[in-house]
Amino acid sequence: MSTLSMAAAPVQADTKAQDNIVEVRDITKFYGSDIHALSSINLDFPRGQMTTLLGPSGCGKTTLLKIIAGLLEPTDGQVLVNGKQVTGPGPERAFVFQDFALLPWATVLRNVGFGMELTGKPKAEREAKARHYINEVGLSGFEDKYPHELSGGMRQRVGLARAMAVDADVLLMDEPFSAVDEQTRRKFQEDLLSLLANEKKSVIFVTHSIEEAVYVSDQIVLLSPRPGRIHSIIRPEISREISPEDIRRDKTYLDTIEEIWSDLKKYLE
Amino acid sequence: MDVFGIRIPPVFSLLIWITLWEIAGQLELAFILPPFSAVILELFQLITRADFQSAAWLTFQSFVIGMTISIVAGITIGFLMGSSRMANSILGMWVNIFASAPLSSLVPVLMLLFGLGQTTIVVTVVLFSTWIIALDTYAGVNHISGSLSEMGKSFGASRRQLLTKVLFWAALPEILAGVRMGLIRAVKGIVIGQLLVSVVALGRLFRTFSDNFQFEEFWALTIVLFIFALLFSSAIGWLEQKVEYYANTRF
Repeated sequence: MSTLSMAAAPVQADTKAQDNIVEVRDITKFYGSDIHALSSINLDFPRGQMTTLLGPSGCGKTTLLKIIAGLLEPTDGQVLVNGKQVTGPGPERAFVFQDFALLPWATVLRNVGFGMELTGKPKAEREAKARHYINEVGLSGFEDKYPHELSGGMRQRVGLARAMAVDADVLLMDEPFSAVDEQTRRKFQEDLLSLLANEKKSVIFVTHSIEEAVYVSDQIVLLSPRPGRIHSIIRPEISREISPEDIRRDKTYLDTIEEIWSDLKKYLE
Repeated sequence: MDVFGIRIPPVFSLLIWITLWEIAGQLELAFILPPFSAVILELFQLITRADFQSAAWLTFQSFVIGMTISIVAGITIGFLMGSSRMANSILGMWVNIFASAPLSSLVPVLMLLFGLGQTTIVVTVVLFSTWIIALDTYAGVNHISGSLSEMGKSFGASRRQLLTKVLFWAALPEILAGVRMGLIRAVKGIVIGQLLVSVVALGRLFRTFSDNFQFEEFWALTIVLFIFALLFSSAIGWLEQKVEYYANTRF
């Protein structure tokens, strides 16, 4: 495990060496004139890896994710995806929402194919692809069900399948499991990892759960609140070869959780 | 309704009133109240009369034209109000005033403006029903969760796609409730309007019947109107039921 204390240096030094899919440059965000949500954030997101934005509420992690998604405009600074500046949402990024954001009047099949429907993909093609991803997330047999007939965990699987089906390079996940109960959540985390292993996607993941961050991430960005700044960047070096149960008992895993917790504790009243 | 543990269909109370009406009519208690059976007999004669048919057709036509205009205008206004703060502050006050104002008093003015023909009836319908549709649509648009439109945008929806594929459907339950309310108001508007103007269509028939003490015809005409309003309202109710499954389960 290596902890990089946050100065401007590590970001600059790494830029040349590694292939970054998303680069965040000097992002500052004000809401109105008095709420300072983010303060000059500089971050690199390595291609093919899972990076987690972790921090207490009020640290601006969801704001940062929405700026990367192009759903919010930064007050200052820029976001580069594949080296190109972001001006709005784009097909190389796909979003997974905290509250699922499914169309309640559409079946699972249509919901999963909705991104492709918007880009005008022929019906047969998008349904075939939607079926493939419905199967991938473990929902085959539910194609013709409506969202209200599914449990919370299943709804988020639909949201995940929808995001995967549009062939984006980056998945942006905004606390995807926070509305899901604990058992489902663990199962979902395990499934997500095995799913991503086959898909070669980069993921930016927002969470407030330390365990979740350490369990799923290659790189954890710890944010401190008011205004949101980068506190530190941690790369938990846990072997992905061992089984989920062993990871949760792994010493490095437990130590990393402990270290993050002692770091974050001081921000809590 | 349960009486002594026996389930009684709701129609039964209607039957009691009809029976009372029939008895009162047979006893000739009041000259304005002929027996129900006589009214029903008259109803069947009435609907075959040429003057009734042309009046009903004219009224129906005006109603459909007026409702179409109201639905389009009401939904448009509601969406404008729901999606732009400025439109809301400009339109909101007027919509609220018109939605609660006693519009019947305006009908004679409309008659002066638009003459004694079909136009006045159409304008009456529009005036009575547009505002409630606009208000309900506005409520529906406000009710849409922010993440649903963010979802559309993040998957690359154009403004048009966002409106036709996401926002319209998300607001549909409220829109339909508004259309149903608008419809009921329009029926009221059309009756009041035609009675006040009473030189065209069903209004003239109503006037003729009551002036000549033809109460069988008068009541028959009233029943026809009731049935007409009920049919329209239940058609919309049926549509509402089709979308209700997701109105209550939106998250």
